[in-house]
Amino acid sequence: MFMILGYPAPLMFGQLLLGLINGAFYALLSLGLAVIFGMLNIVNFAHGALFMLGAFVAWGLLEYLGIGYWVALFLAPLIVGVFGVLTEKLLIRHLYKLDHLYGLLLTFGLALIIEGLARNQYGSSGMPYRIPAALQGATDLGFMFLPNYRGWVVLAAAVMCLITWLVIEKTSVGATLRAATENAPLVQAFGVNVPRLITLTYAGGVALAAFAGVLAAPIYSVNPNMGANFIIVVFAVVVIGGMGSILGSIVTGFGLGIIEGLTKVFYPQASATVIFLVMVIVLLARPAGLFGKAA
Amino acid sequence: MMGFSRGQAVAFLLMTALVVVAPFVLYPVFLMKVLCFALFACAFNLLVGYVGLLSFGHAAYFGMGSYVAGYAAKVWGFTPELAILAGTLTGTGLGVVFGWLAIRRQGIYFAMITLALAQMNYFFCVQAPFTGGEDGIQQIPRGRLFGVISLQNDMAIYAVVAVVFLFGFLLIRRIVHSPFGQVLKAIRENEPRAISLGYRTDDYKLVAFILSTAIAGAAGATKALVFGIATLTDVHFAMSGEVVLMTLLGGLGTIFGPVMGAFVVTAMENYLAQFGAWVTVTQGVIFVACVLAFRRGIIGELGAKLRLAL
Repeated sequence: MFMILGYPAPLMFGQLLLGLINGAFYALLSLGLAVIFGMLNIVNFAHGALFMLGAFVAWGLLEYLGIGYWVALFLAPLIVGVFGVLTEKLLIRHLYKLDHLYGLLLTFGLALIIEGLARNQYGSSGMPYRIPAALQGATDLGFMFLPNYRGWVVLAAAVMCLITWLVIEKTSVGATLRAATENAPLVQAFGVNVPRLITLTYAGGVALAAFAGVLAAPIYSVNPNMGANFIIVVFAVVVIGGMGSILGSIVTGFGLGIIEGLTKVFYPQASATVIFLVMVIVLLARPAGLFGKAA
Repeated sequence: MMGFSRGQAVAFLLMTALVVVAPFVLYPVFLMKVLCFALFACAFNLLVGYVGLLSFGHAAYFGMGSYVAGYAAKVWGFTPELAILAGTLTGTGLGVVFGWLAIRRQGIYFAMITLALAQMNYFFCVQAPFTGGEDGIQQIPRGRLFGVISLQNDMAIYAVVAVVFLFGFLLIRRIVHSPFGQVLKAIRENEPRAISLGYRTDDYKLVAFILSTAIAGAAGATKALVFGIATLTDVHFAMSGEVVLMTLLGGLGTIFGPVMGAFVVTAMENYLAQFGAWVTVTQGVIFVACVLAFRRGIIGELGAKLRLAL
């Protein structure tokens, strides 16, 4: 067995892979937060709850309707996206003229409602979700065994991040979106239906969270607290990266996941806090965040 | 009296009278819980209501105050007043460090940073040996006040809690109405203008933050003595959410609002405790309702009706 810096290589690669997977979820979630913040100017505290909801919808589709993983991967984000449309139209819409903080408080309340209802219905223990047949087993890469499903999660998340980036940076819809983020009244004057654009942005952002939730379902057990555990770390990721840049969110998300994974090898006691420590260092060295513009 | 207007003086006397009479009517332990949370919410409100800084991690100061006071009373044999002082100093120290970090960013980022720092503190408490991990610190003695008066009796410790609460309440009220408090309100209304007038707003924000965390520490310490336990619940972010809820429901930026909010939320939790996660759902619904339809809160609405600044 060969060693890296005095640690067995399989341990190292194994934790690196776990880090990459967590990083994939950080990237998907912080990406959604950044897109929503850019357009709606609210920090979506319900993002973690909607991530959890995505996993629950996938689980429910299988349990009650017998609809499998691959369909759920598209259907669950769609269903949660529709939920997002309703939320935006019925609740969030009324807050745009108010201080940002009210958006945070409202979505925090939403998160409590969603998580509380899920806990009432299904308890806190969590339910297993089977890895789809095509992705079971592991592949020998020579230096380590890669569980197929975990490899797929990293790949799928990376591709989804890339697609989101391409849509926002390279398409005409994305151009309109970016323009509306800069100056909504002007874009509206050009005949773009900005309120609808805002609704769809919110729906798109939460659909990303739900997509991440479906990916996460077979790895973590599907349980009502899975989102709450993630969202605070994602907030730290967002503070580190700054919400101004799409690519920044992706890079920061994956990067911090890897740092967290490596910490588990070298100093496991700090693995839960390392991202927060990085945040502290970034705040000291570059208060505006790695990719942020000074306020 | 301390800059109270006539309406506020009447309200304050009414509140004091209620604090004195209530333990003869209601269960004293419940009331002490309310008073501890009321002080905690008042401390939080000092920041959000008068400086416009939303800290989403106030459980860190409350919970650490609770841990340190509990540890000091149980292991070091501190008397109750010294234990509360230790909790207050803990809140102060933590507030100095976290506040110094958090005020580097504004608005929404400030909320996220305070939340993340509090979460870091939570993980620290999970692992640190002195907190007792999942068990927490149990069987904290109430001790003897000044080494003389036993606080075993609920009414005896109630008197201490009431004094701590009223002292903290008046202190916050004094801060808000001091020239320092006026500058805080100026920062809330228009920070760039306050800067242009020559105020070092970051210093003001930091001092307000530390005052708030110190009082939150005192509230946590008092709670640890009353209930004899300090656990992870006190540092968990759900606790941070709860104090936001109390203040929002009672009325942001009102003097009496957080007290009212603490009473309503604590009473609701006592009543709903048997229904499991419905407490969480109810809290969520109150959040949504308050933000959408009821932003002034109970006391804010009442004050608007009576045309008084309560």
